[in-house]
Amino acid sequence: MSTLTATPGQTIGPFFGYALPFDGGNELVPPGSAGAIRLHGVVTDGAGAPVPDALLEIWQADTNGVVPTSAGSLRRDGWTFTGWGRASTDEDGRYSFTTVTPGAVQPDSAPFIAVTVFARGLLNRLFTRAYLPGADLTRDRLLNSVPADRRHTLVVVPDGGGLRFDIRLQGDDETVFLRYPGHHR
Amino acid sequence: MREMTAIVDTSPDSASASQAGITAEIAAIDADYHRSGIEETQPRLDYSPYRSSLLRHPTKELHHADPEAIELWAPCFGASDVAPVEADLTIQHTGEPIGERTVVTGRIVDGDGRPVRRQLVEIWQANASGRYAHKRDQHPAPLDPNFTGVGRCLTDDDGTYRFTTIKPGPYPWKNHHNAWRPAHIHFSLFGTDFTQRMITQMYFPGDPLFALDPIYQSITDQKARDRLVAAYDHDVTTHEWATGYRWDIVLTGSARTPMESE
Repeated sequence: MSTLTATPGQTIGPFFGYALPFDGGNELVPPGSAGAIRLHGVVTDGAGAPVPDALLEIWQADTNGVVPTSAGSLRRDGWTFTGWGRASTDEDGRYSFTTVTPGAVQPDSAPFIAVTVFARGLLNRLFTRAYLPGADLTRDRLLNSVPADRRHTLVVVPDGGGLRFDIRLQGDDETVFLRYPGHHR
Repeated sequence: MREMTAIVDTSPDSASASQAGITAEIAAIDADYHRSGIEETQPRLDYSPYRSSLLRHPTKELHHADPEAIELWAPCFGASDVAPVEADLTIQHTGEPIGERTVVTGRIVDGDGRPVRRQLVEIWQANASGRYAHKRDQHPAPLDPNFTGVGRCLTDDDGTYRFTTIKPGPYPWKNHHNAWRPAHIHFSLFGTDFTQRMITQMYFPGDPLFALDPIYQSITDQKARDRLVAAYDHDVTTHEWATGYRWDIVLTGSARTPMESE
């Protein structure tokens, strides 16, 4: 149980683009390397308009379900899988990562990629999960706790370009965003 | 809230509202907050005085999740990621930047007071004139060829970070007519597990723009807002060199039970 009150968050604002993105940030593995997949999608607002000034981060296990403990994300050496990446959206709200399919870290839960969303206009970060499609989703504890008609917002969709994961900040088909214990209002 | 949204100008960048109108909206929300009697510690995601938030906040409750698997761990950064010189924003170019040289330092701890050790801290900010070295910032204040305004460091074994920089200026933006942001430094922070990831803004004490700023005021509680304001610290200030500010940061409580070795 926490004894200290957390420092408040604030929006990332409009001017992060020259500060936070870095070369190779969205390439957890080199594009085209063995086992590489593309995770991509569009970030949209409550009017369905693309959000061109969002920043996404992903954090995931390797293909064997092992949690990476290697440094080196900011200056990738091309060989070490660090499990973490960062991508900003383009003028059309699109983002793209090159990564690998994560394995399950725990035997009783389905594999997923943890996602953090920042944007101008978004006053604090949002967390969500991008689940990989597969039969074992039916027994995942979190997915089963989400209303059935919203569950699909947490599952990537295979498409011609890789695995698609759109993020809708607001609206009828709003993405399910997460509140962890200790995250107070 | 719906009624209020219906009567305000919801165009995110029209800058049509007056400061008096925005200030009145802030005051109305503040009065509601005090009537509610329920303490808040974080910004509201739905805060209409900040126009850009209107279409960019989730309308459904955040869904409770017990962190598991990868969420119980944080990405790891090390000396291969960050060079020590990146913590000094005043030596990134051939000349000296213009403005008040300032050291900003503090400790990063989790909700139980444990230091966040050897973790990445990133900052970015406007220059002394209030101008960002970003192509979208076009307001008529000078760029400084000797100041980019981007820094990184790793915390030490005590969770302490330290940057040498230039005190940023306030700057105008288009939320409403004659809107100005209080001077601030953006901070990007990681903890010991994924759920602690956060980005925020550090402010300087006594800024006259605090009451007028919808981003700062989106945190409805004064005690919580104060947590974003650094303290002037004369022990950080150095003789004939730099003023000093101290700003400590508390991340959300770590979900992972620390192992014996930590």
